Amino acid sequence: MSTSTVNLPSYEDALATYDPVMGLEVHVELGTVTKMFCGCPTAFGADPNTQTCPTCLGLPGALPVVNTKAIESAIRIGLALNCEIAEWCRFARKNYFYPDMPKNFQTSQYDEPIAFNGYLDIEAAGKTWRIEIERAHMEEDTGKSTHVGGATGRIHGAEYSLVDYNRAGIPLIEIVTKPITGTGEHAPEVARAYVAELRELIKALGVSEARMELGQMRCDANVSLRPIGREKFGTRSETKNVNSLRSVERAVTFEIRRHAAVLNAGDTVIQETRHFHENDGTTSPGRVKEEAEDYRYFPEPDLVPVAPARTWVDELRGTLPELPSVRRNRLQAEWGATDHDMQSIQNAGAVDLIVQTVSLGAPADQARKWWMGELARHANEQEAELGDLAITPAQVAELVTLTTAGTLNDKLARQVIVGVLAGEGSPKQVVAARGLAVVSDDGALLAAIDEAIAKFPDAADKVRGGNQGPAGQLIGAVMKTTRGQADAARVRELLLERLSG
Amino acid sequence: MPAITREEVAHLALLSRLDLSEDELAHYAEQLDVILGSVARVSEAVQQLGQGQDIPPTSHALPLVNVTRPDVEQPCLDPADVLSQAPAAQDQRFRVPRILGED
Repeated sequence: MSTSTVNLPSYEDALATYDPVMGLEVHVELGTVTKMFCGCPTAFGADPNTQTCPTCLGLPGALPVVNTKAIESAIRIGLALNCEIAEWCRFARKNYFYPDMPKNFQTSQYDEPIAFNGYLDIEAAGKTWRIEIERAHMEEDTGKSTHVGGATGRIHGAEYSLVDYNRAGIPLIEIVTKPITGTGEHAPEVARAYVAELRELIKALGVSEARMELGQMRCDANVSLRPIGREKFGTRSETKNVNSLRSVERAVTFEIRRHAAVLNAGDTVIQETRHFHENDGTTSPGRVKEEAEDYRYFPEPDLVPVAPARTWVDELRGTLPELPSVRRNRLQAEWGATDHDMQSIQNAGAVDLIVQTVSLGAPADQARKWWMGELARHANEQEAELGDLAITPAQVAELVTLTTAGTLNDKLARQVIVGVLAGEGSPKQVVAARGLAVVSDDGALLAAIDEAIAKFPDAADKVRGGNQGPAGQLIGAVMKTTRGQADAARVRELLLERLSG
Repeated sequence: MPAITREEVAHLALLSRLDLSEDELAHYAEQLDVILGSVARVSEAVQQLGQGQDIPPTSHALPLVNVTRPDVEQPCLDPADVLSQAPAAQDQRFRVPRILGED
């Protein structure tokens, strides 16, 4: 049962009394070829239980061995988050009984994370916020359960569950922030911006595609409220597995209002995990944390400590890419974009698409114009991400070449986009197949111009008399006859020439 | 005072999904107390050996670090073999009893 929003104070009212404190835990599935502790592949979408072995099935006697690439990725993430890298650290067993881990424990790290004490600077609400990082540690993902029976197909009311262990053992990095304070009314926006920036960073590092819709990156949002002016934190709730940027923002907003309602009524917030519901933006209680906290962690006896050599850490530091924020500032300068433009480009997920289009020869202003204009409109219409549209940066670059060469005007280019998105081929192929090229043959244009003059003699007379106002009507008629395929500038030129003679 | 109480043993039994009778709880509490007492004596010995110096606890018998493998795919088991060990299977998945509501 989810709490309805009907009896909750408004967000503004909640913030007038209380100061929110957040803690964000983000899990990132690494894009390694194999699992954390065994050589099973990690490819998404394989048939159930085809990517398993005695180690990830937890069969007796099987021994785990750590994936070098996963440690490397963890260290690179830690360095990019300005963390210290442990000289020596161990894995630990997190014991719990739940069929998604066949070993009855998850191999994780406890009090010795590989990376700790860092920060990430983010932009939100027009200013920079420094989000302090508590730790980033290595662990493994769980299997995937499908709940059968029960009205909703959810875990509650299910008769039994079916488990696929393909995902069990895929390397995860869990990144935990220190308590985030002082964000006030901007808390939900800051939470979203942090997850967005972290996602950009992870992608820039090339350690994961970080696709939230595929569960490759997911966020647990801890929220608590304290009366404004009080030092001591309130009791927190932890909303689990929030899997889109928008949901992060909504979940935090809802929890702030819900906590405020509980506190206003003089009740105490229960420390519990909660589930977020995409449909109405509310959360509902999961299991109450008390016994669940008792994981009886102990050092994993089957894995020896990880002690990354300082020379290796320095070498990895040298492989860090240009950080997304630095890159954004550079691109903004190169493109001559305003802060607002850049924010829109970033929000639309268009940065890389524009960069690629430019690298394929399109001028930046043209690349921006098409991605942020017509293509953004199509994406919006299809309720899809810009990057998921059926058009590539190469095709957009080709379109730009055709428009700069005068083969296409903007109107025709828009029709070409429709053709490309409909799978009719490259812009050149669509132009050929649909006969969309601009008519620049003066003979054909003059015929259309004469036709227009004959049709609107009054307008023609006025233009002859030196009043260029009505020329638009004549040009419009020509564009109509040529079904928009005429080069309007050339038509104007020819028309004025014709009528001044 | 014992090193472990009967209540703590009951709690551990619950966490470990062991259904212990009252007699068993008392029995194991007594045994675990002896084991923990012995471990405490080892700790005392370590303190004496270290002469006040802190000796880090041993977590592994061998002084090894960084045993890793390259990120290279290895063959997997056949799913039919995998599921042949399962008490119940359906749709090439392990079929398990309902997850919530066992408490």
